[in-house]
Amino acid sequence: MSETQLIFQLSHPGRSATSQAPKALSDDKLSAIPAHLRRKQKPALPEVSEMQVVRHYTNLSSKNFAIDKQFYPLGSCTMKYNPRGANRAAMLPGFLNRHPLAPESHSQGFLSCMFELQNFLKEVTGMKGVSLAPMAGAQGEFAGVAMIRAYHEARGDDERTEILIPEAAHGTNPATAVMCGYKVREVPVGKDGDVDLEALKEACGPQTAGLMMTNPSTCGVFERQIEAISKAVHEAGGLLYYDGANLNAILGKVRPGDMGFDVIHMNLHKTFATPHGGGGPGAGPVGVSERLLPYLPTPMAGQRDDGSYHWIDSDTLDTSIGHLSAFMGNAGVLLRAYFYARSLGREGMIRVGEFSTLAANYLLKRLEAVGCTAAYPDRRASHEFILTFAKEAKELGVTAMDIAKRLLDYNQHAPTTYFPLLVPECFLIEPTETESKEALDEFVDAMAAILEEARTEPDMVKEAPFTQPVRRLDDVKAARELDLTWSE
Amino acid sequence: MPYIPHTPDDVRAMLDAIGADSIEDLFDEIPAHLKAAGKLDALPEGLSEMDVTRLMNERAAMDAGAVSFIGAGAYQHHIPAAVWEIATRGEFYTAYTPYQAEASQGTLQVIYEFQTLMTRLTAMDVSNASVYDGASGLAEAVLMSLRANRKSKSRKVLVPAALNPRYTSATQAIVENQDVALETVPFCQEKGQTLIDALKHHEGEDYAALVISQPNYFGSLEEVDALTDWAHANGMLVIAVVNPTAMALITPPGEWGEDGADIVVGEGQPLGVPLSSGGPYFGFMCCKQKYVRQMPGRIIGRTVDMEGKQGFTLTLQAREQHIRRSKATSNICTNQGLAMTAATIYTSLLGPDGLTNVAAHSHANTQVLADKLTAIDGVERAFTAPTFHEVVLTLPKPAGEVLAALAEKDVLGGVSLATDYDMDNAILVNATEVHSEQDLQLFEQALKEVLA
Repeated sequence: MSETQLIFQLSHPGRSATSQAPKALSDDKLSAIPAHLRRKQKPALPEVSEMQVVRHYTNLSSKNFAIDKQFYPLGSCTMKYNPRGANRAAMLPGFLNRHPLAPESHSQGFLSCMFELQNFLKEVTGMKGVSLAPMAGAQGEFAGVAMIRAYHEARGDDERTEILIPEAAHGTNPATAVMCGYKVREVPVGKDGDVDLEALKEACGPQTAGLMMTNPSTCGVFERQIEAISKAVHEAGGLLYYDGANLNAILGKVRPGDMGFDVIHMNLHKTFATPHGGGGPGAGPVGVSERLLPYLPTPMAGQRDDGSYHWIDSDTLDTSIGHLSAFMGNAGVLLRAYFYARSLGREGMIRVGEFSTLAANYLLKRLEAVGCTAAYPDRRASHEFILTFAKEAKELGVTAMDIAKRLLDYNQHAPTTYFPLLVPECFLIEPTETESKEALDEFVDAMAAILEEARTEPDMVKEAPFTQPVRRLDDVKAARELDLTWSE
Repeated sequence: MPYIPHTPDDVRAMLDAIGADSIEDLFDEIPAHLKAAGKLDALPEGLSEMDVTRLMNERAAMDAGAVSFIGAGAYQHHIPAAVWEIATRGEFYTAYTPYQAEASQGTLQVIYEFQTLMTRLTAMDVSNASVYDGASGLAEAVLMSLRANRKSKSRKVLVPAALNPRYTSATQAIVENQDVALETVPFCQEKGQTLIDALKHHEGEDYAALVISQPNYFGSLEEVDALTDWAHANGMLVIAVVNPTAMALITPPGEWGEDGADIVVGEGQPLGVPLSSGGPYFGFMCCKQKYVRQMPGRIIGRTVDMEGKQGFTLTLQAREQHIRRSKATSNICTNQGLAMTAATIYTSLLGPDGLTNVAAHSHANTQVLADKLTAIDGVERAFTAPTFHEVVLTLPKPAGEVLAALAEKDVLGGVSLATDYDMDNAILVNATEVHSEQDLQLFEQALKEVLA
């Protein structure tokens, strides 16, 4: 594929997409703006025709892998099918044109969807209250830990300075704890993928504000001691935070509320099939147990006795941790999640956990059969599982990264690599419930072929990919000779 | 089964390969009493696409039909059809974060172009790949200023009272957990601009930064040169909060005062993103080159591949949570990729002249609207400062009452300043290029009737 020029290289002075902007105004219409506040030179934006723009960005789009094109088994990312119907519904004019500060008289349709979505999420998670305000998983984490902090502070319990985090956790967990003013204490994970319970008990104390964990964990297994963990943290006076990154595994099967969690966030761009959009937007609603209800971030949708809907805001919930954005969060993402929830309904929700788990366990067994090494061979996979290529790296010099890059040549997106950090040379693989058996089998065939190539032509595998728009990139040069903007 | 492809034969074959009798067996590591069987009864039955679409059509229609003059941080503009037709192509819509750079050159190049566009609009050196929205972006900028201002040991930042109060409250909610204090600078009650004289009280005190909003919440243009130079003379960084449409007409923050602003953030929504009840929007974030390592969020760099061919990749990742964990510049993980993609297409379509014309018409329409409304008895401009595309009007009656009466006529006449500023009779009103002469007349007529 040829190198695509930058939009700036297509620019030609005086050219424009004339039908897209109003005509120029004479300068006297701008006389109210004082000369010293006026921009002296117009910004050097591209001067291109409408068709040039359309063609340029359409061509760029073709240089992406996407769920609509490829199998995308990224562990902990839940790359399931994003229903097109959800996009169309969220982009209905009544939703798109509604101003976030429109009065309640002109918001009943939108508010009713949000109110119902809050209730659906409460039901599937077993929590007592839900706020849709956080705009991504990491912001949901922030809201959750900020609520834990608010809870302790409201009780005058201000000696709690530490958040416990299993070492396998997502990087956002420790980063979030720090953003909320806490110190991080990591808890080791045992050989079977479960938390080292004795170490956890020792770590718990009067300084413990809470524990952040994912279940199933980032090791791709269900944490079997969850009740003992919950007891240990609660007895020390700490609260339990559930990172909902892996909620897909247990949707309809186990509820975080029933496991003893006090606060959770959900990634709707994972579990509720809203698109990842090349890196966002997401949505990270939070759910809480009874004792954290007063601290939920605002605004939330409420319902009056007469059936009408209204906003619950910080003026009526003054214990709230407050607003996390200018308005109410990623509303358009929430509408897509609402569509998904209504499509699936009760039965569909239960099937998500079942079939994502079926797909993962099937894929794991088939990959083991063609010579892949499971990190936790004695455990059931949850909706995802870990392979390790430590042996291939040592004996053949072919790393997990090499295999990941070679997969791209087989038109398969690479799984998550080198995460969690505690398993060497690993892949974290999550197939999701929406992939057909044939798609899973094709991935197995690709992996079998690459393992064979690793033995017979390791140098070739180490130079992959060969079929993509670019070969492997020089990341060192990118960081040392920073080139972050185009200059003519 | 919605979106699940497996036939009974597939399921049998898969279970056989696993060596399990049933799907339920796959959950045998979960303690039985924790299982949720029968606990999802409050969920409704699933619906077909046709039925959910019908339901949501009805809901959406309930909120449609009014003419709106609400701004306050989110603005209506014409969005070319091409913008979202391209942004929602599956290749952009359903792609993941571009961690596998070779298979993500489309998204990566779009971000590199976006970074370039934003630095050109703001006259800054570098940009990131966007953050959640303008308000949370300001919180990130405040935290960044504490890291970047090495001369200051302060955990305090000066914030104008005339800043969008939603930005102040969101920033407060986010930074207060790290013991960062926001101190307020009052505004001139007559002009509606930040009171430069009030800054004198803070001279000799240590603050990490001064926030300057251009325009401010009232739509007023601030004397940015004087504010910037004062902050720099007193050892503070300048955090600019700007409207991207306004950048086509008014001095960009990189050119404020002697040295320009240090960090620039703002709400990107006006660049091709629909109002959509408040999101997804995107926050843009730019800074001077020397502060780039303190910036949160994704950053894309141009480099070469092993054959020397141009390519794009995530860079400076050592700032980010997935590498640095508890030592990261922020916990932020996602950017607002899709909205940012739309903004890149929008800005390219409009170009320098198109964006200037959008800004000029928005300004001129707001002037015309203010003239029409202030011709009504008892309606006056609250402030004398020059404005961009928003203006505060005082009414002869309480704002809440008037706005409710206007809404009954399907005119959404702005937002009240009663709660945030104790200005009981004041409303904040916006018009842009989308408002026709008839729309402006409709507002004028409706307000006359309501006040009669």
